[in-house]
Amino acid sequence: MASLRSMELEINGAQYALTIEPRVTLLDALRENLGLTGTKKGCDQGQCGACTVHVDGERVLACLTLAVQAEGRSIRTIEGLASKDDTLDAVQQAFIEEDAFQCGYCTPGQIMSAVACIREGHAGSDAEIREFMAGNLCRCGAYNGIVAAVRKAAQRIQGAAA
Amino acid sequence: MNDFDYLRATALDEASTLAKTPGTMFLAGGTTLIDLAKCGVERPGTLVDITRLPDLSAVTVDEAGATIGALATMSRVAVDAAVTERYPAVSEALLLAASAQLRNMATIGGNLMQRTRCAYFRDPAGYPACNKRMPGSGCSALENVTRDHAILGTSDQCIALYPGDLSVALTALGATVRTTSREIPIARFFVEPGDRPDRETVLERGEIVTAVHVPASAAAANSTYLKVRDRQSYEFAAASAAVGLELEEDGRTIRDIRVALGGVATVPWRAEAVEAALRGRRLGETTIREASRAAVEGARSWYANGYKIELACRVVARAIMEVGGIK
Repeated sequence: MASLRSMELEINGAQYALTIEPRVTLLDALRENLGLTGTKKGCDQGQCGACTVHVDGERVLACLTLAVQAEGRSIRTIEGLASKDDTLDAVQQAFIEEDAFQCGYCTPGQIMSAVACIREGHAGSDAEIREFMAGNLCRCGAYNGIVAAVRKAAQRIQGAAA
Repeated sequence: MNDFDYLRATALDEASTLAKTPGTMFLAGGTTLIDLAKCGVERPGTLVDITRLPDLSAVTVDEAGATIGALATMSRVAVDAAVTERYPAVSEALLLAASAQLRNMATIGGNLMQRTRCAYFRDPAGYPACNKRMPGSGCSALENVTRDHAILGTSDQCIALYPGDLSVALTALGATVRTTSREIPIARFFVEPGDRPDRETVLERGEIVTAVHVPASAAAANSTYLKVRDRQSYEFAAASAAVGLELEEDGRTIRDIRVALGGVATVPWRAEAVEAALRGRRLGETTIREASRAAVEGARSWYANGYKIELACRVVARAIMEVGGIK
Protein backbone atom coordinates (compact mmCIF):
# COMPACT_ATOMS: atom_id res chain seq x y z
CA MET A 1 0.00 0.00 0.00
CA ALA A 2 1.22 3.45 -0.85
CA SER A 3 2.18 5.58 2.10
CA LEU A 4 0.01 8.49 3.09
CA ARG A 5 1.25 11.86 2.01
CA SER A 6 0.88 15.11 3.90
CA MET A 7 0.34 18.21 1.85
CA GLU A 8 -0.97 21.75 1.98
CA LEU A 9 -3.41 23.00 -0.61
CA GLU A 10 -4.23 26.66 -1.20
CA ILE A 11 -7.93 26.88 -1.90
CA ASN A 12 -9.81 30.15 -2.31
CA GLY A 13 -6.91 31.97 -0.64
CA ALA A 14 -6.84 29.77 2.48
CA GLN A 15 -4.33 27.04 3.36
CA TYR A 16 -5.65 23.56 4.06
CA ALA A 17 -3.48 20.77 5.48
CA LEU A 18 -4.41 17.19 4.72
CA THR A 19 -2.89 13.72 4.77
CA ILE A 20 -4.17 11.45 2.01
CA GLU A 21 -3.18 8.66 -0.37
CA PRO A 22 -1.54 9.95 -3.57
CA ARG A 23 -4.36 8.43 -5.63
CA VAL A 24 -6.96 10.81 -4.13
CA THR A 25 -8.17 13.21 -6.80
CA LEU A 26 -8.51 16.91 -6.19
CA LEU A 27 -12.27 16.42 -6.55
CA ASP A 28 -12.44 13.81 -3.78
CA ALA A 29 -10.07 15.82 -1.57
CA LEU A 30 -12.30 18.88 -1.90
CA ARG A 31 -15.54 17.02 -1.26
CA GLU A 32 -14.62 14.19 1.10
CA ASN A 33 -11.64 15.54 3.02
CA LEU A 34 -12.24 19.28 3.12
CA GLY A 35 -16.03 19.53 3.04
CA LEU A 36 -16.02 21.81 0.02
CA THR A 37 -18.96 20.11 -1.68
CA GLY A 38 -19.78 22.93 -4.10
CA THR A 39 -17.61 21.20 -6.70
CA LYS A 40 -19.73 18.36 -8.07
CA LYS A 41 -18.92 14.80 -9.11
CA GLY A 42 -20.75 13.94 -12.30
CA CYS A 43 -19.10 11.31 -14.49
CA ASP A 44 -15.78 11.23 -12.58
CA GLN A 45 -14.11 10.44 -15.92
CA GLY A 46 -13.36 13.81 -17.44
CA GLN A 47 -16.37 13.92 -19.71
CA CYS A 48 -19.03 16.13 -18.09
CA GLY A 49 -17.31 19.20 -16.62
CA ALA A 50 -19.28 19.22 -13.33
CA CYS A 51 -16.01 19.21 -11.36
CA THR A 52 -14.48 22.23 -13.12
CA VAL A 53 -12.25 24.32 -10.84
CA HIS A 54 -9.47 26.82 -11.50
CA VAL A 55 -5.84 25.91 -10.87
CA ASP A 56 -3.47 28.87 -11.19
CA GLY A 57 -6.31 30.73 -12.90
CA GLU A 58 -7.04 28.10 -15.58
CA ARG A 59 -10.14 25.92 -15.71
CA VAL A 60 -9.34 22.23 -15.25
CA LEU A 61 -11.16 19.05 -14.28
CA ALA A 62 -10.73 18.17 -10.61
CA CYS A 63 -11.69 14.53 -11.24
CA LEU A 64 -8.63 13.92 -13.44
CA THR A 65 -6.24 15.95 -11.27
CA LEU A 66 -4.55 14.26 -8.33
CA ALA A 67 -4.73 16.44 -5.23
CA VAL A 68 -0.97 16.04 -4.83
CA GLN A 69 -0.46 17.57 -8.28
CA ALA A 70 -2.14 20.75 -7.05
CA GLU A 71 0.37 21.21 -4.24
CA GLY A 72 1.86 24.70 -4.44
CA ARG A 73 -0.78 25.82 -6.91
CA SER A 74 -3.58 28.29 -6.32
CA ILE A 75 -6.97 26.54 -6.43
CA ARG A 76 -10.30 28.31 -6.80
CA THR A 77 -13.67 26.65 -6.40
CA ILE A 78 -17.27 27.85 -6.62
CA GLU A 79 -17.14 28.62 -2.86
CA GLY A 80 -14.48 31.25 -3.55
CA LEU A 81 -16.24 33.07 -6.34
CA ALA A 82 -18.52 35.50 -4.48
CA SER A 83 -16.80 38.35 -2.68
CA LYS A 84 -16.36 38.28 1.11
CA ASP A 85 -19.56 40.30 1.66
CA ASP A 86 -21.47 37.66 -0.37
CA THR A 87 -21.85 39.84 -3.45
CA LEU A 88 -22.22 37.35 -6.27
CA ASP A 89 -19.80 37.15 -9.13
CA ALA A 90 -21.18 38.61 -12.39
CA VAL A 91 -21.52 35.10 -13.83
CA GLN A 92 -23.40 33.79 -10.78
CA GLN A 93 -25.76 36.77 -10.95
CA ALA A 94 -26.37 36.28 -14.68
CA PHE A 95 -27.12 32.56 -14.18
CA ILE A 96 -29.87 33.50 -11.72
CA GLU A 97 -31.30 36.24 -13.93
CA GLU A 98 -31.32 34.03 -17.05
CA ASP A 99 -32.62 30.95 -15.23
CA ALA A 100 -29.62 29.05 -16.57
CA PHE A 101 -30.28 25.78 -14.77
CA GLN A 102 -32.98 23.34 -13.86
CA CYS A 103 -31.73 20.77 -11.36
CA GLY A 104 -28.57 22.80 -10.70
CA TYR A 105 -26.13 19.93 -10.41
CA CYS A 106 -23.91 20.99 -13.31
CA THR A 107 -24.17 24.68 -12.37
CA PRO A 108 -21.02 25.12 -10.24
CA GLY A 109 -18.96 23.58 -13.04
CA GLN A 110 -20.79 25.65 -15.66
CA ILE A 111 -20.12 28.83 -13.70
CA MET A 112 -16.43 28.10 -13.06
CA SER A 113 -16.03 27.25 -16.73
CA ALA A 114 -17.89 30.38 -17.82
CA VAL A 115 -15.78 32.67 -15.63
CA ALA A 116 -12.66 31.30 -17.35
CA CYS A 117 -14.31 31.32 -20.78
CA ILE A 118 -15.03 35.05 -20.47
CA ARG A 119 -11.55 35.78 -19.10
CA GLU A 120 -9.96 33.86 -22.01
CA GLY A 121 -11.86 36.09 -24.44
CA HIS A 122 -13.93 33.22 -25.81
CA ALA A 123 -17.39 34.67 -25.18
CA GLY A 124 -17.56 36.97 -28.21
CA SER A 125 -20.59 35.35 -29.85
CA ASP A 126 -23.16 32.68 -29.06
CA ALA A 127 -21.35 30.26 -31.39
CA GLU A 128 -18.06 30.90 -29.60
CA ILE A 129 -19.68 30.50 -26.20
CA ARG A 130 -21.20 27.17 -27.26
CA GLU A 131 -17.86 25.93 -28.61
CA PHE A 132 -15.80 26.95 -25.58
CA MET A 133 -18.43 25.78 -23.07
CA ALA A 134 -18.74 22.39 -24.83
CA GLY A 135 -16.89 20.64 -22.02
CA ASN A 136 -19.76 21.29 -19.59
CA LEU A 137 -22.76 19.06 -20.11
CA CYS A 138 -26.25 19.81 -18.77
CA ARG A 139 -28.56 16.82 -18.72
CA CYS A 140 -31.58 19.08 -18.09
CA GLY A 141 -30.80 20.84 -21.35
CA ALA A 142 -30.65 24.37 -19.96
CA TYR A 143 -28.20 25.34 -22.67
CA ASN A 144 -30.16 28.29 -24.04
CA GLY A 145 -30.24 29.89 -20.60
CA ILE A 146 -26.57 29.08 -20.04
CA VAL A 147 -25.53 30.74 -23.30
CA ALA A 148 -27.69 33.77 -22.46
CA ALA A 149 -26.14 34.01 -18.98
CA VAL A 150 -22.57 33.78 -20.28
CA ARG A 151 -23.33 36.39 -22.94
CA LYS A 152 -24.88 38.74 -20.38
CA ALA A 153 -22.06 38.31 -17.87
CA ALA A 154 -19.45 38.83 -20.60
CA GLN A 155 -21.13 42.06 -21.68
CA ARG A 156 -21.27 43.33 -18.08
CA ILE A 157 -17.66 42.42 -17.36
CA GLN A 158 -16.43 43.91 -20.61
CA GLY A 159 -18.61 47.00 -20.05
CA ALA A 160 -17.15 47.43 -16.57
CA ALA A 161 -13.63 47.06 -17.90
CA ALA A 162 -14.13 49.54 -20.76
CA MET B 1 -8.28 3.35 -8.99
CA ASN B 2 -5.59 1.08 -7.57
CA ASP B 3 -3.30 2.31 -4.84
CA PHE B 4 0.00 3.71 -6.16
CA ASP B 5 3.05 5.60 -5.04
CA TYR B 6 3.72 9.11 -6.28
CA LEU B 7 7.10 10.68 -6.95
CA ARG B 8 7.75 14.17 -8.28
CA ALA B 9 10.74 14.34 -10.60
CA THR B 10 12.91 17.45 -10.55
CA ALA B 11 15.30 16.51 -13.36
CA LEU B 12 14.92 14.66 -16.64
CA ASP B 13 17.59 12.02 -16.00
CA GLU B 14 16.13 11.39 -12.55
CA ALA B 15 12.70 10.81 -14.10
CA SER B 16 14.17 8.45 -16.71
CA THR B 17 15.98 6.42 -14.07
CA LEU B 18 12.90 6.18 -11.82
CA ALA B 19 10.77 4.93 -14.70
CA LYS B 20 13.07 2.00 -15.44
CA THR B 21 11.40 0.13 -12.58
CA PRO B 22 8.58 -2.01 -14.00
CA GLY B 23 5.13 -0.73 -13.08
CA THR B 24 6.28 2.87 -13.08
CA MET B 25 4.58 5.34 -15.38
CA PHE B 26 5.02 9.01 -16.17
CA LEU B 27 2.26 11.40 -15.18
CA ALA B 28 1.81 14.69 -17.03
CA GLY B 29 -1.64 16.21 -17.58
CA GLY B 30 -3.22 12.95 -16.45
CA THR B 31 -6.20 13.23 -18.78
CA THR B 32 -5.59 9.76 -20.24
CA LEU B 33 -3.72 8.05 -17.44
CA ILE B 34 -5.96 8.94 -14.48
CA ASP B 35 -9.03 8.16 -16.58
CA LEU B 36 -7.68 4.73 -17.54
CA ALA B 37 -6.58 4.06 -13.96
CA LYS B 38 -10.20 4.67 -12.91
CA CYS B 39 -11.36 2.24 -15.61
CA GLY B 40 -8.95 -0.37 -14.23
CA VAL B 41 -7.06 -0.46 -17.53
CA GLU B 42 -3.88 1.06 -16.08
CA ARG B 43 -2.69 -0.19 -12.71
CA PRO B 44 0.51 1.73 -12.06
CA GLY B 45 2.73 0.82 -9.12
CA THR B 46 4.31 4.25 -9.08
CA LEU B 47 3.54 7.49 -10.90
CA VAL B 48 6.45 9.81 -11.65
CA ASP B 49 5.02 13.31 -12.01
CA ILE B 50 7.05 15.07 -14.70
CA THR B 51 5.01 18.27 -14.87
CA ARG B 52 7.50 20.24 -12.78
CA LEU B 53 10.56 19.39 -14.88
CA PRO B 54 12.18 22.63 -16.03
CA ASP B 55 12.61 23.86 -19.62
CA LEU B 56 10.18 21.52 -21.34
CA SER B 57 7.28 23.85 -22.04
CA ALA B 58 8.73 26.42 -24.42
CA VAL B 59 7.34 26.98 -27.92
CA THR B 60 9.93 28.41 -30.32
CA VAL B 61 9.28 29.14 -33.96
CA ASP B 62 12.09 30.14 -36.33
CA GLU B 63 12.91 29.84 -40.04
CA ALA B 64 13.72 26.12 -39.71
CA GLY B 65 10.56 25.12 -37.94
CA ALA B 66 8.55 25.01 -34.73
CA THR B 67 9.88 23.31 -31.62
CA ILE B 68 7.14 22.58 -29.13
CA GLY B 69 8.17 21.51 -25.64
CA ALA B 70 6.57 18.28 -24.45
CA LEU B 71 5.08 19.94 -21.36
CA ALA B 72 3.48 22.83 -23.23
CA THR B 73 -0.27 22.51 -22.82
CA MET B 74 -2.58 21.97 -25.78
CA SER B 75 -4.42 25.23 -25.07
CA ARG B 76 -1.23 27.27 -25.03
CA VAL B 77 0.16 25.86 -28.27
CA ALA B 78 -3.22 26.21 -29.98
CA VAL B 79 -3.21 29.99 -29.58
CA ASP B 80 0.50 30.59 -30.16
CA ALA B 81 0.58 33.34 -32.81
CA ALA B 82 3.50 31.89 -34.80
CA VAL B 83 2.10 28.35 -34.74
CA THR B 84 -1.30 29.62 -35.87
CA GLU B 85 0.26 31.59 -38.72
CA ARG B 86 2.82 29.08 -40.03
CA TYR B 87 1.27 25.74 -38.98
CA PRO B 88 -2.49 26.30 -39.03
CA ALA B 89 -3.24 22.55 -39.21
CA VAL B 90 -1.47 22.11 -35.85
CA SER B 91 -3.40 24.92 -34.20
CA GLU B 92 -6.72 23.79 -35.66
CA ALA B 93 -6.19 20.15 -34.67
CA LEU B 94 -5.54 21.26 -31.09
CA LEU B 95 -8.55 23.58 -30.90
CA LEU B 96 -10.90 20.94 -32.31
CA ALA B 97 -9.77 18.38 -29.72
CA ALA B 98 -11.32 17.67 -26.32
CA SER B 99 -12.70 20.57 -24.24
CA ALA B 100 -11.21 23.81 -22.94
CA GLN B 101 -10.61 22.20 -19.53
CA LEU B 102 -8.87 19.14 -20.97
CA ARG B 103 -6.75 21.30 -23.29
CA ASN B 104 -5.59 23.31 -20.27
CA MET B 105 -4.43 20.11 -18.58
CA ALA B 106 -3.14 17.92 -21.41
CA THR B 107 0.43 18.33 -22.61
CA ILE B 108 1.81 17.91 -26.13
CA GLY B 109 3.92 14.91 -25.09
CA GLY B 110 0.98 13.31 -23.35
CA ASN B 111 -1.25 14.02 -26.31
CA LEU B 112 0.99 11.84 -28.50
CA MET B 113 0.70 9.07 -25.92
CA GLN B 114 -3.08 9.17 -25.59
CA ARG B 115 -4.64 5.76 -25.92
CA THR B 116 -7.55 4.36 -27.85
CA ARG B 117 -11.19 4.98 -26.90
CA CYS B 118 -12.12 1.39 -27.86
CA ALA B 119 -15.04 0.68 -25.51
CA TYR B 120 -13.87 -2.93 -25.00
CA PHE B 121 -10.32 -1.88 -24.15
CA ARG B 122 -11.73 0.58 -21.60
CA ASP B 123 -13.94 -1.99 -19.85
CA PRO B 124 -11.83 -4.83 -18.37
CA ALA B 125 -14.65 -6.04 -16.10
CA GLY B 126 -17.19 -6.31 -18.90
CA TYR B 127 -14.80 -7.55 -21.59
CA PRO B 128 -11.85 -9.52 -20.20
CA ALA B 129 -10.60 -10.36 -23.71
CA CYS B 130 -8.44 -7.59 -25.14
CA ASN B 131 -5.16 -8.17 -26.97
CA LYS B 132 -4.13 -4.58 -26.33
CA ARG B 133 -4.50 -4.96 -22.56
CA MET B 134 -3.29 -8.56 -22.49
CA PRO B 135 -1.74 -9.98 -25.66
CA GLY B 136 -3.20 -13.37 -26.53
CA SER B 137 -6.46 -12.87 -24.61
CA GLY B 138 -8.53 -12.22 -27.74
CA CYS B 139 -10.42 -9.22 -29.14
CA SER B 140 -13.89 -8.38 -27.89
CA ALA B 141 -14.45 -5.75 -30.57
CA LEU B 142 -14.31 -8.17 -33.50
CA GLU B 143 -17.64 -9.78 -32.64
CA ASN B 144 -19.31 -6.67 -31.24
CA VAL B 145 -20.28 -3.13 -32.16
CA THR B 146 -17.45 -1.59 -34.15
CA ARG B 147 -18.82 1.75 -35.23
CA ASP B 148 -15.84 3.60 -33.75
CA HIS B 149 -13.16 1.15 -34.82
CA ALA B 150 -10.39 1.41 -37.38
CA ILE B 151 -10.59 0.49 -41.06
CA LEU B 152 -6.88 1.01 -41.78
CA GLY B 153 -3.77 -0.45 -40.16
CA THR B 154 -5.73 -3.16 -38.38
CA SER B 155 -4.69 -6.74 -37.66
CA ASP B 156 -6.62 -9.88 -36.75
CA GLN B 157 -5.55 -9.12 -33.17
CA CYS B 158 -6.77 -5.53 -32.80
CA ILE B 159 -8.90 -2.95 -34.61
CA ALA B 160 -8.74 -0.23 -31.95
CA LEU B 161 -8.69 3.31 -33.32
CA TYR B 162 -6.02 5.91 -32.62
CA PRO B 163 -8.25 8.79 -31.47
CA GLY B 164 -5.92 11.81 -31.57
CA ASP B 165 -6.02 14.91 -33.73
CA LEU B 166 -2.66 16.64 -33.20
CA SER B 167 -0.63 13.63 -34.34
CA VAL B 168 -2.54 13.56 -37.59
CA ALA B 169 -1.45 17.13 -38.34
CA LEU B 170 2.10 16.33 -37.23
CA THR B 171 2.15 13.27 -39.50
CA ALA B 172 1.04 15.28 -42.51
CA LEU B 173 3.69 17.92 -41.84
CA GLY B 174 6.52 15.43 -41.30
CA ALA B 175 7.28 16.23 -37.66
CA THR B 176 10.00 14.66 -35.54
CA VAL B 177 9.55 13.50 -31.95
CA ARG B 178 12.53 14.35 -29.72
CA THR B 179 13.14 12.15 -26.70
CA THR B 180 15.71 11.85 -23.96
CA SER B 181 17.80 9.62 -26.23
CA ARG B 182 17.00 10.25 -29.92
CA GLU B 183 14.97 11.90 -32.66
CA ILE B 184 12.17 9.80 -34.14
CA PRO B 185 10.38 10.74 -37.37
CA ILE B 186 6.69 10.70 -36.47
CA ALA B 187 6.02 8.16 -39.24
CA ARG B 188 8.12 5.69 -37.23
CA PHE B 189 6.94 6.78 -33.75
CA PHE B 190 3.57 4.99 -33.80
CA VAL B 191 3.37 1.23 -34.30
CA GLU B 192 0.50 -0.61 -35.98
CA PRO B 193 -0.99 -3.34 -33.77
CA GLY B 194 0.20 -6.44 -35.70
CA ASP B 195 0.51 -9.27 -33.22
CA ARG B 196 1.55 -6.91 -30.38
CA PRO B 197 -1.34 -4.44 -29.97
CA ASP B 198 -0.06 -3.58 -26.48
CA ARG B 199 2.92 -1.82 -28.05
CA GLU B 200 1.72 1.51 -29.47
CA THR B 201 4.92 3.53 -29.89
CA VAL B 202 8.61 2.77 -30.25
CA LEU B 203 9.43 4.46 -26.93
CA GLU B 204 11.59 2.36 -24.61
CA ARG B 205 11.10 2.11 -20.88
CA GLY B 206 12.32 5.31 -19.23
CA GLU B 207 12.46 7.24 -22.52
CA ILE B 208 10.66 10.59 -22.29
CA VAL B 209 9.33 12.73 -25.11
CA THR B 210 10.98 16.13 -24.65
CA ALA B 211 9.72 18.05 -27.70
CA VAL B 212 8.09 17.87 -31.08
CA HIS B 213 9.77 19.56 -34.04
CA VAL B 214 7.72 20.56 -37.07
CA PRO B 215 9.84 21.56 -40.10
CA ALA B 216 8.88 24.78 -41.86
CA SER B 217 7.46 24.46 -45.35
CA ALA B 218 5.16 26.28 -47.70
CA ALA B 219 2.73 23.36 -47.40
CA ALA B 220 2.75 23.67 -43.59
CA ALA B 221 1.96 27.39 -43.85
CA ASN B 222 -1.00 26.60 -46.13
CA SER B 223 -2.51 23.73 -44.18
CA THR B 224 -5.75 22.84 -42.49
CA TYR B 225 -7.27 20.21 -40.24
CA LEU B 226 -10.82 19.11 -41.04
CA LYS B 227 -12.63 17.04 -38.44
CA VAL B 228 -16.04 15.45 -39.05
CA ARG B 229 -17.86 13.96 -36.07
CA ASP B 230 -21.23 12.99 -34.65
CA ARG B 231 -21.52 16.22 -32.64
CA GLN B 232 -20.34 19.68 -33.58
CA SER B 233 -17.95 19.91 -30.65
CA TYR B 234 -16.24 17.89 -27.91
CA GLU B 235 -16.19 14.61 -29.80
CA PHE B 236 -13.63 12.34 -31.39
CA ALA B 237 -13.35 12.27 -35.17
CA ALA B 238 -15.53 9.98 -37.26
CA ALA B 239 -12.97 10.89 -39.89
CA SER B 240 -10.49 13.75 -40.11
CA ALA B 241 -7.82 14.95 -42.49
CA ALA B 242 -4.78 17.18 -42.19
CA VAL B 243 -3.71 18.64 -45.51
CA GLY B 244 -0.84 20.94 -46.47
CA LEU B 245 -0.64 22.34 -49.98
CA GLU B 246 1.95 24.27 -51.99
CA LEU B 247 1.15 25.43 -55.50
CA GLU B 248 3.49 26.33 -58.37
CA GLU B 249 3.77 29.97 -59.42
CA ASP B 250 0.85 29.49 -61.80
CA GLY B 251 -1.36 29.24 -58.73
CA ARG B 252 -3.07 26.02 -59.83
CA THR B 253 -0.48 23.25 -60.27
CA ILE B 254 0.30 21.23 -57.17
CA ARG B 255 4.00 21.37 -56.27
CA ASP B 256 3.78 19.75 -52.84
CA ILE B 257 0.91 18.16 -50.95
CA ARG B 258 0.76 16.38 -47.58
CA VAL B 259 -2.24 14.36 -46.50
CA ALA B 260 -2.85 12.42 -43.29
CA LEU B 261 -6.02 10.89 -41.87
CA GLY B 262 -7.44 10.58 -38.39
CA GLY B 263 -10.43 8.77 -36.93
CA VAL B 264 -10.05 5.84 -39.31
CA ALA B 265 -6.79 4.04 -38.51
CA THR B 266 -4.91 2.34 -35.69
CA VAL B 267 -2.20 5.00 -35.97
CA PRO B 268 -2.08 8.51 -37.49
CA TRP B 269 -2.32 7.61 -41.18
CA ARG B 270 -0.26 9.28 -43.89
CA ALA B 271 -1.99 9.00 -47.28
CA GLU B 272 1.06 8.98 -49.56
CA ALA B 273 -0.94 7.48 -52.42
CA VAL B 274 -3.18 10.57 -52.46
CA GLU B 275 -0.14 12.82 -52.41
CA ALA B 276 1.49 10.94 -55.30
CA ALA B 277 -1.71 11.03 -57.32
CA LEU B 278 -1.93 14.81 -57.00
CA ARG B 279 1.67 16.03 -57.16
CA GLY B 280 2.21 17.86 -60.44
CA ARG B 281 -1.49 17.85 -61.25
CA ARG B 282 -3.70 20.85 -61.74
CA LEU B 283 -6.13 21.65 -58.91
CA GLY B 284 -9.70 20.71 -59.70
CA GLU B 285 -12.59 19.10 -57.93
CA THR B 286 -12.80 16.00 -60.13
CA THR B 287 -9.06 15.38 -59.94
CA ILE B 288 -9.10 15.81 -56.17
CA ARG B 289 -12.11 13.55 -55.63
CA GLU B 290 -10.61 10.81 -57.78
CA ALA B 291 -7.22 11.05 -56.05
CA SER B 292 -8.84 10.99 -52.62
CA ARG B 293 -10.12 7.45 -53.27
CA ALA B 294 -6.53 6.32 -52.74
CA ALA B 295 -6.78 7.39 -49.07
CA VAL B 296 -8.60 4.17 -48.24
CA GLU B 297 -6.47 1.71 -50.23
CA GLY B 298 -6.42 -1.53 -48.27
CA ALA B 299 -9.24 -0.48 -45.96
CA ARG B 300 -11.26 -3.21 -44.30
CA SER B 301 -14.50 -2.66 -42.41
CA TRP B 302 -16.18 -4.67 -39.68
CA TYR B 303 -19.92 -4.79 -39.10
CA ALA B 304 -20.63 -1.15 -38.31
CA ASN B 305 -17.70 1.00 -39.43
CA GLY B 306 -18.04 0.69 -43.20
CA TYR B 307 -19.31 4.27 -43.34
CA LYS B 308 -15.78 5.45 -42.54
CA ILE B 309 -14.50 4.30 -45.95
CA GLU B 310 -16.67 6.70 -47.94
CA LEU B 311 -16.49 9.40 -45.26
CA ALA B 312 -12.67 9.36 -45.18
CA CYS B 313 -12.50 9.94 -48.95
CA ARG B 314 -14.93 12.84 -48.76
CA VAL B 315 -13.17 14.43 -45.79
CA VAL B 316 -9.80 14.23 -47.56
CA ALA B 317 -11.26 15.74 -50.73
CA ARG B 318 -12.99 18.55 -48.84
CA ALA B 319 -9.85 19.39 -46.87
CA ILE B 320 -7.76 19.56 -50.07
CA MET B 321 -10.38 21.76 -51.71
CA GLU B 322 -10.42 24.05 -48.68
CA VAL B 323 -6.66 24.66 -48.68
CA GLY B 324 -6.76 24.89 -52.47
CA GLY B 325 -9.42 27.60 -52.35
CA ILE B 326 -11.97 25.53 -54.30
CA LYS B 327 -15.50 25.93 -53.03
